[in-house]
Formats: sequence, C-alpha cells, structure tokens
Amino acid sequence: MTQTAGEIIRILIWGFAATAALSAVMFGAQRMGYSRLSFPFLIGTMFTGERSAANAAGLMAYLLGGWLFAFVYYFIFAMVGHAGWLLGLGIGAAHGLVLLVMLLPMLPHLHPRMASEYQGPGGQRTLQPPGFLALNYGYRTPLTTILAHAIYGAILGAQITLY
Amino acid sequence: MAPPAALSEPASETLADAFPAIGDYALIGNCRTAALVSREGAIEWLCLPTFSSPSLFAAVLDRRAGRFSVAAKGVTSITREYVDDTNVLQTTFQTPSGRMRLTDCFTLAALTATQLYPEHEILRRVECLEGEVEVDVLFEPRFDYGRARHTFANRGRLGWALTHCPFGALVLSDIALAPDGDAARLRGSARLKAGEERWVMLAYDRNEAVVVPPLGAAASERLAHTIDWWKRWSARCRYDGPHADMVRRSILALKLMTCSTTGAVVAAPTTSLPEEAQGPRNWDYRFCWIRDSAFVLHAFLSLGFLDEAEAFLEWLLHATRLTWQRFQVMYDIFGETRLDEHELPYLTGYRGARPVRIGNAAHGQLQLDIYGELLATVAAYADAGGALDASECRMLAGVGERLFKLWRCPDQGIWETRSGPRHHTFSKAMCWVAFDCLRALGERFPIPIERARLDAACDEIRSDVEAHGYDTELDSYVAYYGSRASDASLLLLARYGYAKPGEARMESTFRYIAKTLTRNGLILRYSDAAHFDGVAGGENSFGPCNFWGPNISPMPATRRKRRSCWSDCADRRTTWASSPRSLPSRTPLPWGIFRRPSRT
Repeated sequence: MTQTAGEIIRILIWGFAATAALSAVMFGAQRMGYSRLSFPFLIGTMFTGERSAANAAGLMAYLLGGWLFAFVYYFIFAMVGHAGWLLGLGIGAAHGLVLLVMLLPMLPHLHPRMASEYQGPGGQRTLQPPGFLALNYGYRTPLTTILAHAIYGAILGAQITLY
Repeated sequence: MAPPAALSEPASETLADAFPAIGDYALIGNCRTAALVSREGAIEWLCLPTFSSPSLFAAVLDRRAGRFSVAAKGVTSITREYVDDTNVLQTTFQTPSGRMRLTDCFTLAALTATQLYPEHEILRRVECLEGEVEVDVLFEPRFDYGRARHTFANRGRLGWALTHCPFGALVLSDIALAPDGDAARLRGSARLKAGEERWVMLAYDRNEAVVVPPLGAAASERLAHTIDWWKRWSARCRYDGPHADMVRRSILALKLMTCSTTGAVVAAPTTSLPEEAQGPRNWDYRFCWIRDSAFVLHAFLSLGFLDEAEAFLEWLLHATRLTWQRFQVMYDIFGETRLDEHELPYLTGYRGARPVRIGNAAHGQLQLDIYGELLATVAAYADAGGALDASECRMLAGVGERLFKLWRCPDQGIWETRSGPRHHTFSKAMCWVAFDCLRALGERFPIPIERARLDAACDEIRSDVEAHGYDTELDSYVAYYGSRASDASLLLLARYGYAKPGEARMESTFRYIAKTLTRNGLILRYSDAAHFDGVAGGENSFGPCNFWGPNISPMPATRRKRRSCWSDCADRRTTWASSPRSLPSRTPLPWGIFRRPSRT
C-alpha cells in the first residue's frame, strides 16, 4: 500500500468517525431540547416534503458530506503545514461559525421549502428560517453547533498525519 | 408554596373567571394529543407533544396556568356541535350585533411528497355569519404546568414564536396579535362583517424547524381534509342500533384517546380532575391501562374497527418487553414503566380540588384482573377474525406461566386501592377468565402451554372463589375474602363468562349490590370509600358501573331496566366527550376525569 493510499484510508476512517461524533452532538442537542437545528432535516426537505423520507435522505447526504469535508480539512492542514487537535478544534469552530453567520441565514433564498419572515408562508415554503446564528432554532443553537464542529475538527486534527 | 414566576403575573380580567363545569369542555385531538375547549372558546388543557407531556395550557387546573381563547365580545348565547361525525368542533356565538362561528380542530396531515406539515397544528377559523361581531384572541401559554416562563419573539409574517422553551411553536393569525404589556401573553381583536373570516393557528414541532402552514385558502383545504378524514373513519362504524348517534360520538371520542404512532390507548387526556367537589381523589390518567385498553378494544372490535385492535396488540407486544410476562398495570404510550407520582402544590386544582398530581403511583401495584381482561380482549380479537402470529402465541403462553405463579397473591384490585393488598374476589375470578380464554385460544392457535395445567388452575380458582369470595349469609359475592363489603365490579362476572347470566348467585349478588351501593338511582363502585381504598374523601357514582348491572340477567324485566339505564345515563352524559367518569349521585354536575366511555 502506498503512503498516499494509506493516508486516504486514514482520512476516510477518521472522517467517518468525526462525522459520527458531530452528528451525535447535534442529535443529542436536539433530543435534549437545546436546539432544533437538524442539518439532515434541512437538507432532506430540499428534495421531499415527506418527513421520514426527508430525514433519511438528509442523513445520508449529511454523512457523505461530513466524509468529504474531511478531505477539505486535510487540505487546510496541508496548507498550514501542520495538523493537531488544537488546530483542528479552531478550524472546526470557525467552520461552525461560518455556517451560522453566513450559510444558514441565506437558506430562505436557497431552500425550496423555507419561508421567510418578510413574505410569510406560502405554497411549499413553510419551514421556519434559522435566522441569524440560527437562533430561531433555540438560543443554545450557536453553542451546540460550534461545539459539534469543533469536536469534528479536533478529531480530524488529532488523527490526520501530514507527510 | 409560592407559585412559579410564570403564575405570579398580574391577572388579566379573563384570568379570574370561574371554572366551567367539566361537562362543558369539548375534546379535540389528533390521536397523539388532545385539548379541552371550553364553551367560551378557550383551549384550557393541552399537553405537547403527547398526552402525558407537560402542559402548554392548563387553565382547567388553575386559572393562571394558560389558555388559548378565541371568542366574540358581548355574547348573549353560545351553541356548540361537532361537524357531522367528526372531531371538528364548531362553537357559535350570538351577540346583539351579529353571529359568529368558531371552528376548532387539530389538522390531520395529508401525506404527500410535496407538502410539509407541522408535528401538531391547532387550526381555529372564525366566521361572521350575520351582522357584525368583534372577536378577541388571547394566547397565553404557560409551559410545564405553569412552571416555565416564556417570552415571545416577533417573526414578521411567520407570526409570533415562543422562545426560551425546549420546543418550537409559532402562533400565526390574520388578526393582528401583540404582547399584552409585560405579561407573557398575546392579544388581538378584529371586527368582522357578515361573510368575513379569520384564522388563528398554532404550529408546534418538538425537535426540528417549525413548519408554518399558510392561512387562507390553504388552511381551508387542511380543514376540509381533516373533516373528510374523520368522516371516512367514522363511516367504518357498523353499529346501527338504538342511540346510534351516542355510540358514534363515543367511538369518535375513543379514537381521540388512541395514539396513532404507537397503538396505545390512554385512559384519559387529563390529570387531576376531581371525583368530587374539592376532593383529594385527583389522579393522572394520561397513561395506558392494560385493563381499560382492553375495554376500549372490545368497543372497537364490536363496532368493526379491527385496525385499532391490531395496533394495540402490536403495542402491547413491544411496549411491555421491559416487564416481559409480568404486565404492569399501566404504561405510558411508549411503554415507559416509571410513572412516578408527584404533586404540584402551587396549582389551585379544578375548583380548589387539591392536590394536582402528575404521574401515577398505582403503576407499581399488582392488579390481577388485568390478565383476565387482556386475554378476554385477545379472544374477542380472534373471534372477530384476527390472527395471532408465533411471537404473540409465545407472549400469551408467557402470560399464562406468570399467572400460574401470581394468582394466589393478594392484590390491589380493579379499583387500585391504596389500603394494602387483599384477596379481591373479582381479581381471582378474572384469573379464572384468563386461564379459560387461554384454553379457548389454545384450540385455535399454537399456544405452547399444557391444557391440563389450565384445567387444573381453573378448577382450583373456582373452588377458591366460591369458598371464600361468596358469603352465604349475605347471599352475595363480596369485595374481598373474609369481608362483607360489596363491590360493583362483581357485576362483570357474568359478562366475562365466570358466571352465567341469570345464575342464582349472580342474581342475589346484583340485589345485594343494588341495595348497598345505589345512591339516588346510581351505583357507586363500593361503599365507605375511605375505608375501602385508603384515600381520604368520598366519591360520586362511577358511571360505567351503571351499565354493568342490567347485563347479568336474561330476564325481560332486567332487559327493560337496561334500556332504562341507557336512557338515564344518556341524559346525564356530557354532550362533548362521551361519558364522564363520575356521575352525580350527590351533586347536579358530572365530576371526574375527562375520559373515554368504558365498556357497556
């Protein structure tokens, strides 16, 4: 096995583990009533209005996305020239912050089933938008989202080796 | 005890008003939770997301504990009805200047791949039918039985969101709502002319982003779909005898007690509605009693609703895994076994009836009769054409094995007494019924249990009951071995097949019970309640008992009495949710839990 192949396998394995940890924290926060932000639900409802199907499809897409993002983290570590849990933690926290500040507030413009506070519900657009920092989904949402992504980054940073 | 902050706010003028009569509440629901709507158009009881969850509105237990009111101003008269054979409620308000109709329902989602629906939606339509009417809206949630304090956040055209709570909820209306000063309530009003309509909607999602369905035409469609769903469901009722309207209304109320996601059937959607004025007998019935569910499933089966019976058996098989072979008296709808009882001393209780309790300490009791009732239900299910698979046969055999070990034990009996275990005659007889049903089922299904053991157990129990549970001096079966107490549950012995209708011992027991337990023409469960069950306070008549007596005799005179009993109880029932538990033998009003009717 070449060094590159070994590294890819390592990224795949730890990418999956980090995604699982990220998902566990996000789901835990949901079930404990800390946050109602569910990425699988938001992703899945882009494609279907049937809840069960949306959650199942969204979860698959989310896990796949988390896996692929492990390679993005690898390239960031490579660019920095260093990998470690602390750096990973920082990158993960920044990742979570970008999601909260930039991507999620944009969702009403991108998501076919998301309503906006300006236009109200109508047609298929019935989902409450996340708002700034996704605070509409619970005031602890920023905390749990950043924490989950920081853990994701820390796991990858600790396990990815740069040659 | 000082009330929580959420209950300490200055009372609005509507908060100080009197409690409506229990019989004046109507029930709406979606087979996952249910709400009580007062005659004045206020939702005064609602737990979310399920029957036994903490309440969002609990004004029925304390006028400060939250409500959701939509009502006309200056009302001179109010009439109410359900839309045909549905659980969609219509309240019509007459005012000096006009007439307004309020339509209330939990919407039922049309399962499509395109449209998202909230986990729960309460939809309220206001229509002005004549003249001009001013309508007031008051939205005053008090989560967790009034212990949690909310704030509201304005979400623009998506309405008002509840914040600082562990779920998502939005209230949306085309009547402008605004916070009422600093108090955690929203108010709004509008003046409508004939032909105009408005909508008020509460959407709830527990764990995900709230889905906010549109108002207007889309809301009309959802309402029409809900009405259509209920009509199609109730059309499956195959009853066509006397009092057909009451029977259909009762089965619709029963359906509201079923949990569509698990198949469980709760005893009632409420807690702590008292059994008598200011009495302490206030219990939480928002759980699934094996016994009561068996009663209900008999009703479903006899009216042609086999799906509900199948769903319940499925639930039973899976939810009771934690206590496998030994059935607990009650479970929550997900099979949770720990239902610890707590008192909420800061709540006033319905008309001062304290304490308000959540959870039910009876969950840990041994009540042997549930085995008989359960197996009688399974036998009825099989008689109706239902099949048992291998795992269900094994489960029934396990129940039988467990009962071989248990039937000699004293128990708390059908009435869940808190005065210690006794050898209740009805419990023992129901163990006989359980073994007898196993014998009958064993002839049709491969239940792995020896017939000879069942025969021997039946013989032994019958000898025991006839020797110790029958008092030859009184010429009657008695409540428990060695006592002279009468017990209305003994009237069921003939119905369950332990005794034959018209049998001398049953006829004499009927006479003894009628003599000792009748008050103002209605039957009590037992006499000297505090001594019998170990709880302070007294009781009114227990509604279902009044249907049991006339069943035990094939004599024409008794059949006439049965018809008379039907009519009498029909007169005393509440129009809005089948029968109340306690009928008024001492007071002019029905008391007790807001529950489904028991087996008649």
